[in-house]
Amino acid sequence: MMSRIVVDPVTRIEGHLRIEAEVKDGIITDAWSAGTMVRGLEIILKGRDPRDAWAFAERVCGVCTTVHALASVRSVEDALGIEIPPNAELIRNLMFCAQYMQDHVVHFYHLHALDWVDVVSALKADPKATSEIARSLSSWPKSSPGYFSDLQKRLTTFVESGQLGIFANAYWGHPAYKLPPEVNLIGVAHYLEALEWQKEIVKVHTIFGGKNPHPNYLVGGVPCAVNIEEANAINAERLAMVGKLLADAATFVEQVYIPDLMAIAPNYLDWTNIGGGLENYLCYGDLPQNGFADVSGFKFPRGAILGRNLNEVHEVDPKDPTGVQEEVTNSWYEYKNGDTSGLHPWDGETKLKYSGPQPPYEHLDVDQKYSWLKTPRWKGHAVEVGPLSRMLVGYASGIDEYKEVVGAALKQLDAPATILFSTLGRTAARGLETRLIARWAKQFYDQLLANIRNGDSRTFTNEKWEPETWPKEARGVGASEAPRGALAHWLVIKDQVIENYQLVVPSTWNASPRDSKGQRSAYEASLVGTPVHDPEQPLEILRTIHSFDPCLACAVHLYDDKKNSLSEVSTSPAGV
Amino acid sequence: MMIDTPTPKTDQTLWEEMRARGVTRRDFIKFCTWMAAYMGLESSGVAQVARALEKNKRIPIIWLHFQECTCCSESFIRSSHPIVADILLDKVSLDYTETLQAAAGHQAEAIKEQTMKESYGEYILMVEGSVPMEEDGVYCCIGGKSAQQILEEAAAGAKAIVAWGNCACAGCVQSANPNPTGARSIKSLIKNKPIVNVQGCPPIAEVMAGTVVHLLAFGRIPQLDALGRPKAFYSRRVHDTCYRRPYYDAGLFVESFDDENAKRGYCLYKMGCRGPTTYNSCGIIRWNNGTSFPIQSGHGCIGCSEEGFWDQSPFYKRLAGFPGFGIETTADKIGVGLGVATAVGIAAHATMTNIRKRKTIGQQPGETETEAEQEESNA
Repeated sequence: MMSRIVVDPVTRIEGHLRIEAEVKDGIITDAWSAGTMVRGLEIILKGRDPRDAWAFAERVCGVCTTVHALASVRSVEDALGIEIPPNAELIRNLMFCAQYMQDHVVHFYHLHALDWVDVVSALKADPKATSEIARSLSSWPKSSPGYFSDLQKRLTTFVESGQLGIFANAYWGHPAYKLPPEVNLIGVAHYLEALEWQKEIVKVHTIFGGKNPHPNYLVGGVPCAVNIEEANAINAERLAMVGKLLADAATFVEQVYIPDLMAIAPNYLDWTNIGGGLENYLCYGDLPQNGFADVSGFKFPRGAILGRNLNEVHEVDPKDPTGVQEEVTNSWYEYKNGDTSGLHPWDGETKLKYSGPQPPYEHLDVDQKYSWLKTPRWKGHAVEVGPLSRMLVGYASGIDEYKEVVGAALKQLDAPATILFSTLGRTAARGLETRLIARWAKQFYDQLLANIRNGDSRTFTNEKWEPETWPKEARGVGASEAPRGALAHWLVIKDQVIENYQLVVPSTWNASPRDSKGQRSAYEASLVGTPVHDPEQPLEILRTIHSFDPCLACAVHLYDDKKNSLSEVSTSPAGV
Repeated sequence: MMIDTPTPKTDQTLWEEMRARGVTRRDFIKFCTWMAAYMGLESSGVAQVARALEKNKRIPIIWLHFQECTCCSESFIRSSHPIVADILLDKVSLDYTETLQAAAGHQAEAIKEQTMKESYGEYILMVEGSVPMEEDGVYCCIGGKSAQQILEEAAAGAKAIVAWGNCACAGCVQSANPNPTGARSIKSLIKNKPIVNVQGCPPIAEVMAGTVVHLLAFGRIPQLDALGRPKAFYSRRVHDTCYRRPYYDAGLFVESFDDENAKRGYCLYKMGCRGPTTYNSCGIIRWNNGTSFPIQSGHGCIGCSEEGFWDQSPFYKRLAGFPGFGIETTADKIGVGLGVATAVGIAAHATMTNIRKRKTIGQQPGETETEAEQEESNA
C-alpha cells in the first residue's frame, strides 16, 4: 500500500517548508524537502557599504537573530584584516551564548515538545504523583502538588472550552505519544514557564546591542562603550544585570531543560534508531578565545566527521575552493556551465529560473527541480550541520568537557554512543550543548570583568573604519556556528562597496534537495525509514524534521536575472 | 483520540476567558492599567479598557506569515506582561499561527478555513511579512498557494487587518533596491479594509500588545498617523524622546565609536543616528521590558520603523540636517522620506543653540564651507 503524504505548511519552524513523503506499508521510503519562499537578500546587498551589511544580513532570521550579523561583521573584518579588541570578542561571545540558551530552550519547549508531549493526556495526571516525579528529577522550586493541580485545572477549563487556540486540531491521543500523564503535565507546565523565561535571557542582547530581536553589531568591535563610572555606558549595574541573567539562565537550563530532556528520552528510546540520516557531520566552530583567526582556541572546534568514524576529525577550510561548493541540479536556478557543477561561493553564480508548478498546486513535480534551496556539498559529501555535528566533532576531538557531558547522558540512559545518530540523539545533543554554553558564558563573563578591572575598557578599533584605508579589492569569509549549524558569509569588496555577498546557511545544508549524484541532504535522508502510523497524522515526520530545528527564511538562494547579466556571482540562502 | 476541531466559542468575553484561566481580578486590573498606560490613555482609560474587556466578546485572530524572518512573532512573545503571552497569544483567540501551532499541514489549514468561514466579517487578520508580486507570486507559496492568493482570501472576511512590522507595512529589507521578488506591503494590495501598520523591524513587544488590546477592548482600530501607524506609539521622534538629546542641544557628540565621548554617552548624531527622522517609542518604552534601546547601548538608531529605511543607508553617514524642531512635530506635518543621507540640507532648529551647534558640527561630507554657511543662514 503506497501513499504520498504532503505536509505544507510544516508548522513550529521558522519560514516556509514543504515536505512530501512516500509511505509504503507504514514506512517512509522516500522524501522530498522544499523551501517555498525567497527574498533575494544578496542581490540587495550588492553595491552597499560593507559596514552596513550586518544589519541587512541580520534580517535573514529573527529567530536566530544575531548570528548572521556576527558572520557578517566577521566577513568584513576578515577581508580588511581587522583585529577586534578582547572585550569585543567576549561581548560577542556572551551575546552568542545568550542566543543559544534562548533559542534552544524555545525550540525544545515551543517548537519541538508538542511532538513528544501530549497536552490532552496531562488532564489525566495525578498532581501529587506529578510533584513527586518533578522533585525526583530536579530541585526546581515550582514543583508542589498544588502548583500542578492549579495548572491542571486551568488546562481542563481550557480544553473543555473547546477553544484550543494553538493546540487545536493537533495529534493528541496519537499512539506514538508514550509519556505518562504526569510527565506530560510537567511538560505543559514548563512550556508555559519557558515562555516567561525566554524574555529574560535576551536582555543580554538588549544591554550590549540595544534590542532583541535584531540587536546592533559593529564592524571592528561592538557598539557599546564600557565605562564603570558612567550611567550612559556599560557600567557596574549593567554588568551585574548581565551576570544575574546568565546565572538565572544556567539555573533554568540545569534544573528545567536538561531534567525534562532526560525524563522524556527514556520513554522514546525507539527514536534512537530512527532519523539518523546522513553519516557525515560538519562544523566551522565558534566561540574564539584568542581572536577569530586562531581556530585552535575555539570552544566549539572546527572539523568534519565522515562515515560516522569518530576516530578521525577532518580539517575544514571555508576558503578552500574545493571544499564548500553549491550546485543547482534540483533547485530553481540555472548555472552557465551546467546546473550539476559545484561552485565555491566566491565563484558562485545564481540565476533564478522557476520551473515548478504555477500556484495553486497540489504536488511538486519532484522528478524535476523542486526547491528554492541550492544544494551545498563539502568535498562532494552531503553533511549534516547543527548541534549533533558540534557535539560529535567535540567528542571525536577528544575534548574533556564534551566527553564528560555526553558520557554522563549516555550513562543515565544506559546506552552506547551510537544512539546519538538519530532523531532523539539530535534533540539530546541540543540540550547537552546548552549545558556547555551555560558554563562557558560564566567563564566569558568573568574574563570580561577581569579585563575591565585591569583597566582595559576597549570595545572597538577604528583603524580601518574609514573606507579610504581599504584596499581596492578584498575578500573575506565570516564563519560561525548558528544554533542550527554551520554558517558562513563570503564577501568581496571592490572600490569600497560590496561587489558580491553570499551566504551558505545551516538549513541550506540540511534541508536542500538531492544533488546530481542523487545524494539526499539531511532532512530527506533522515526521513527515509521513519515509521508512519497514520498518513493522515504526520506526527513522526514532524518529530524528525523538528529535531533539526528548521529555519527556512535563511535557507533559500535567489538572484534576480532580470536586472543583471549572468556573469555575476551571487549565491543567496533561500529566503535570504 | 483526536480532538475534533472545536467550534470557536465567541460567546465568552475576554475577562471570562481570563477568569476561567485562573487570572485574579487584581491581576486583570493590573493588566488593564499597564495596557492603558502603554496606549497613552488617561488614568480614566483604565476603567474604559477594563469595562470593554469585560463586556466585549473575544475576537478570533488569524496570523499569516509571508516573506519575513519571524522577528515580529519573536518580539511579540517578549511582551513583558505575562497575560499577553498567556492570554492573548495562547488562549484567547489565536486560531492560526504557523510559528507556534501544534497542528501542521492540512490540519493547520483546516483551522484557518474554519475561522474564515464561521467568523466571516468578525476576525482580525494579522500579517507578518511582505507579498512578492513578481512571476505570479512563485517566490512565496504555502500549502501550494501563493502569498497573494492566501492574503486575498483571508482579507475578504476580515474585520480589520494588522500589518506587523516593516515587511508587512512597507516591504522591509526584501523590497530594498532592486527588490528582486517584487515584495509589496499589505496596504498596497488590500484597499477596502481598515489596516493598522505596526512599524519597526521588529516592532516593540509592548507596542504590539498595546495594538492588540486596543482592538480587543474597543473593537475598532486605534487613531493612525499619515502612514497608518497607531499615533499612540508613532507620533514622536526618537530624537525628541531621547535621553541623550541634551547633548545634541549642547553640541556634544560621539566622534568615533568607543571614544571618550562615547564612554560619556554623548549624542550619536554624527555616527549616523536616524533618531531625528524616525517615529517610534524606543526612547519612551524602550526594549525588552524597558531594559535599553539602541542609542542607550551606544549605536545610532537605523530608522527601522520608517518606510524605505534600508535605502537610506549608509547607516553610519550622518543625516544632512532635518526638519522640525519639537516633540509636537509629527510625520503628518513634515511628510516622509526626509531622512536622506545626502548633503542636501534642510533648515534645522531656528534657534541660537542650533546655529551654534551647526558651527560645532561643521560641514557635511562633500559640502563646502559656503554651503554650510548658506544653510546656517536658512536656519
